[in-house]
Amino acid sequence: MEKRKERIDRGIKARSGDIFALSSWREMLYLAAPRLIPIIGFLILPLILGIYWQKVLLSVAVFALLAISWDILAQTGMISLGQALFFGMGAYASGVINYYLGWHPLIAIPLASVIGGVICTIFLLPVLRLRGIYFSMVTLIIPLMLVRIVEATKIFGGTEGLSGIAALPSRWIELYLIMGVLMAALFGFRRMLGSDYGLVLKGISDNDRSVMNAGINIYWFKTQALFISSCIGAFTGAFLTHVYMFVGMPVFALDYSILPIAAAVVGGPGTLAGATLGAFILVPLSELLRGIGGLRIVFYGLFLVIFIVALPEGLFHYIQRKYHQFERWVEVE
Amino acid sequence: MGTSPLLKVSGLSKNFGGVQAIADLSFELMQGELLGLIGPNGSGNTTAVNLITGFVKPSEGDIKFQGKDITGMAPYRIVRLGIARTFQMVKPFYQLPAYKNMIIPLYSPRVKQLVGGKYGDRDAVALDLLEEVGFERDAFVAYKSASVLPQGYLKRLELAKAIALQPDLILLDELFSGLSLAEVAGIVPIIEKLRQEGKTIIMIEHRLKELFRIADRVLVLNYGEKIAEGKAAEVMKSEAVKEAYLGTEA
Repeated sequence: MEKRKERIDRGIKARSGDIFALSSWREMLYLAAPRLIPIIGFLILPLILGIYWQKVLLSVAVFALLAISWDILAQTGMISLGQALFFGMGAYASGVINYYLGWHPLIAIPLASVIGGVICTIFLLPVLRLRGIYFSMVTLIIPLMLVRIVEATKIFGGTEGLSGIAALPSRWIELYLIMGVLMAALFGFRRMLGSDYGLVLKGISDNDRSVMNAGINIYWFKTQALFISSCIGAFTGAFLTHVYMFVGMPVFALDYSILPIAAAVVGGPGTLAGATLGAFILVPLSELLRGIGGLRIVFYGLFLVIFIVALPEGLFHYIQRKYHQFERWVEVE
Repeated sequence: MGTSPLLKVSGLSKNFGGVQAIADLSFELMQGELLGLIGPNGSGNTTAVNLITGFVKPSEGDIKFQGKDITGMAPYRIVRLGIARTFQMVKPFYQLPAYKNMIIPLYSPRVKQLVGGKYGDRDAVALDLLEEVGFERDAFVAYKSASVLPQGYLKRLELAKAIALQPDLILLDELFSGLSLAEVAGIVPIIEKLRQEGKTIIMIEHRLKELFRIADRVLVLNYGEKIAEGKAAEVMKSEAVKEAYLGTEA
């Protein structure tokens, strides 16, 4: 007898999908658990980890935010290869504000996030009409150009960079600031992408002419998505500047562009949660592999390839499916 | 019907490099009329629609809608003035379920302007609109992803997206192509209903039999030039039209 696999939505999902007719603790928990687990995790992790792993967690949160920033752009049809532009712009903005004006990091960081966001948006405005690989190429090139400009003009400390930048008041403020922003960005922008506004953004990536044909100015919406994304990226740069107490040319490094994409792809693009999950896997993995020395990158690359081949939909989509559906074998008549 | 035309196209031309896609096209369209735009394949019908809706900029000539010059205006601005279109090659949002496809036109500034601020529950309005074009209310089809819908439903979805914009003028680019007779028979009443509501319609169509039943007037293009205009029966008697469709005897 031939058999096939059948996937069925859990009854609770059907009942809680839109109607919110929750009748038991079990159903409440079913809905709340996917939100509660990361929130509780984010709150508790800094308390139970040692100093070294706290630093890793900080790095995880930074890359998770960069991956979220990448994912928002990708959802709007803009595949960026240059999150380093956003990161570096925020880093320099905050560094300059603190170094030259002496403003407190807690003022410099939000200000730099917005300034960095505005500058990056203005930089990329002329190429918003480009699609696909053409847009990607430009985003890849701009941070590389900026590095050379800093080097050649010796602006903002040139190759030496700016050191002696003020640190955040304490390690705990550092940790909870970045974790708080990560949570707010994750849940806030997930909600945004699920709204009608988010549908328009997704529509642009799906079929931009069709969105235009609905009387919507796609370039205005793309600008908004770009601004949101670059503000998030600029925040991460501004934040790390005050953690390292230094800003220099490495802030435009390719790592800040490529790792977020890897995180979003491993976790599953389109959900933001996938991007976060990807960062939570890749960054600690990279740390764990430090022990094996020169072959680290080989194993890291191998892991990425295996992951992408085995789970092309991304880890988050897989987990989500398993959570909401159950599978069973049925006989084919 | 008003005395001034809803749409006035004068001396419209478009050339792509050395190819003259539209040459000196002029016509008028009154409120509530249904104009059939016909001609052999490649005669410039779709280019004419693209020019009117702003997707292609004209080389010469001008287009006036409700007395306002819309020549070369961005497509989204033209839609806001009240011109909607469908595409010959349907352009749904494949990632989204059919009813979520409707949210994007319902989010349009034109709809916001007409309805006044907040729309309320767009999902409910989307399902109503889909029902109007033949998505059965009780069936699951409106909730299916656009990527798995058959062509007939995709064409209906395309039409529903245009209707959602509450336009004054609708341009339907080969809406019947690729559809069975039964499917066309299902869509004709929707178009007739739009006419009863006072909508003005331009239909590009190769299914002439079905078109002639509902069109007030037809305009025939050949190699980008207007070769005839008038009542369907009269136009089809024209030698130039016969020649364009059937060729000349050697």
